[in-house]
Amino acid sequence: MKHLSEYRNSDHARTLSIEIARVRIDRPIQIMEVCGTHTMSIARFGLKQLLPKNIRLISGPGCPVCVTPNNFLDRAIAISKIADTTICTFGDMMRVPGSSSSLEVEHARGSDIRVVYSTLDALMIARAHPDRNVVFLGVGFETTAPTIASSIEIAHSEGLKNYSVLCAHKVVPPAIEALLSGEVKIDGFLLPGHVSSIIGAKSYRGIAERHAIACSIAGFEPSDILGALLEITTQISNSKPAIHTAYARAVTEIGNSKALAVLDRVFESCDANWRGIGNIPGSGLAIRDKFSQHDAAKRFPVSIDESVDNPACRCGDILTGKISPDECPLFRNGCTPDHPIGACMVSNEGSCAAHFNYGATNI
Amino acid sequence: MEDSIIQLAHGGGGTRMNELIREIFANRFSNEHIDGMSDAANIDLTSSRIAFTTDGFVVKPHFFPGGDIGKLSICGTVNDLASAASRPLYISASFILEEGFAITDLERIATSMAETAKTAGVKIVAGDTKVVERGSCDGIFISTSGIGIRLTKEIMAPTRIRPGDAILVNGAVGDHGMAIMATREGLSLESTIKSDCAPLGGLMEAILTAAPDVRFMRDATRGGLATVLCESCDGMEFGIECEEATIPLNSSTTAACELLGLDPLYSANEGKIVAVVPADEAEAALVAMRGHELGRDAAIIGHATGGRAGHVSLITTLGSRRMLVRKSGEQMPRIC
Repeated sequence: MKHLSEYRNSDHARTLSIEIARVRIDRPIQIMEVCGTHTMSIARFGLKQLLPKNIRLISGPGCPVCVTPNNFLDRAIAISKIADTTICTFGDMMRVPGSSSSLEVEHARGSDIRVVYSTLDALMIARAHPDRNVVFLGVGFETTAPTIASSIEIAHSEGLKNYSVLCAHKVVPPAIEALLSGEVKIDGFLLPGHVSSIIGAKSYRGIAERHAIACSIAGFEPSDILGALLEITTQISNSKPAIHTAYARAVTEIGNSKALAVLDRVFESCDANWRGIGNIPGSGLAIRDKFSQHDAAKRFPVSIDESVDNPACRCGDILTGKISPDECPLFRNGCTPDHPIGACMVSNEGSCAAHFNYGATNI
Repeated sequence: MEDSIIQLAHGGGGTRMNELIREIFANRFSNEHIDGMSDAANIDLTSSRIAFTTDGFVVKPHFFPGGDIGKLSICGTVNDLASAASRPLYISASFILEEGFAITDLERIATSMAETAKTAGVKIVAGDTKVVERGSCDGIFISTSGIGIRLTKEIMAPTRIRPGDAILVNGAVGDHGMAIMATREGLSLESTIKSDCAPLGGLMEAILTAAPDVRFMRDATRGGLATVLCESCDGMEFGIECEEATIPLNSSTTAACELLGLDPLYSANEGKIVAVVPADEAEAALVAMRGHELGRDAAIIGHATGGRAGHVSLITTLGSRRMLVRKSGEQMPRIC
């Protein structure tokens, strides 16, 4: 079986689209996705065009780079200016604007900032350069956090004292709860496929008990997403909300126990600030005291000016589904991928980037 | 040459430099213009319709499946001339070499340039060599300039494109960019991705013969097919609509792109030409391309449209429409 040809099969997608249109729902509904890769897939394959007009797909805070407040980037930039420091980061973070600069600009000014594909690369750099402090920028949800946790354990066991992580990892379920208590009407959730492969379907059961909300965990190909939407709309139509797994090839009830174990060994729960939402209790991950020598925030307690957001930037409203990208006055009008004002336009998983690069409803 | 590595003296203008030029370059590039080792090549051109271009080459790694920096330096300039509907004739090559660069590598590169020039039907008639200190350049940088004679009365330009014109490409796109990425990142895939690096002069002339009213051509290098399409209609009174299902792609390139979170439509090519021809010449152009060894997988991938002026739409395999826009720079990896 070839993954791409099976799950991107156009006949299958058309069949699912027809079945979704047949589900009896007599009112407009809004289904939110909370995963940047879903944002991109939906845009890339034009899936909204295959849905009936009464179903509105909205994007939530599913882009981990986008929901990271300016404060984190300002801190990373300040650390990059410390002598003999190497910052290692995933590519997305390079062009995100902080309060007054970006990693890309600081790199051009001479700071040692390197794009890596994984923490394995960052560990290699740390081993090769014992004279330099290597700081990895830990941004991401539960899909990514286990690999960062693992890198901290490896560094600890090797005595790699010059490796540390500036941690801004977040977890998704508390954000979903916060959204359900927010202003935006949400009739169903398209739940994140790879986060769920780590945390398991069980992690949403509490949400289901407290809020009767239609949910389906989805993969990322057209058939995956349309199949999950069919499930969600059917749940809504039958008034039988449930946590359904439409991505059984990757997601189980209990999740990935090894990944969860390493997360638990290295991180502990903390409160975290989400752009657009504010503080969400228990939604962040902090490095445990045992590994504090690999905690860059403790190793490099830099003082930074108070972080500022561009007052015209509406990323916060976009991340909570209050407005869509083309409703932001700066969209294409001062804020473009070439000259991003907010993170949503520059991240590979940002709603504005997806809309700019793939969608053009007004053309 | 006795030396095994490039030294500063090889760029000093003295006997060591002369030895380098004679033994590495001149004997490989030999022709009536370069053999005299004069300061300039004196050329008589048979037409005043001259196309002239220049390009710089800094690819890393220097050697990759399907090519090397030398082959690339000839093909890149030849293909710019071919896209301008001109027959490439003469090339100059300027080398900046890093102290410590292996002479055996330089020999390989020069041999590759000579072979590619012969295949392309061009002569390397002028050159220059400089050597910089270790660390001041990445092994070798090459700049080539090229002269060709335009074969068409009119100059190729996007302003000549009309709604209804057909858009063709000569084969699978994105291979070169992914060959480089896969080599750089040490990706081992089931089948090695090979760069499509090739000189397109002959293919271009086949297109011209079959479709004499060709409107516009461009080789799809950095930025890929999508960027060429966007550049073609930017600010124009026509749009472009392509069918995703018709765009030729190699499965290994697609797989590598999926792994790295990249889009093959934006991945570089070094042997692909996009040709826009009147609708009534499209079939003939397609047959001519497929009859050439560099166009066996040629396809008609779309048309110029009257609506959505200035924009490129892609009709996906699912029947939905998405836009193709110009990206701001190098594609970057995903975060999760």
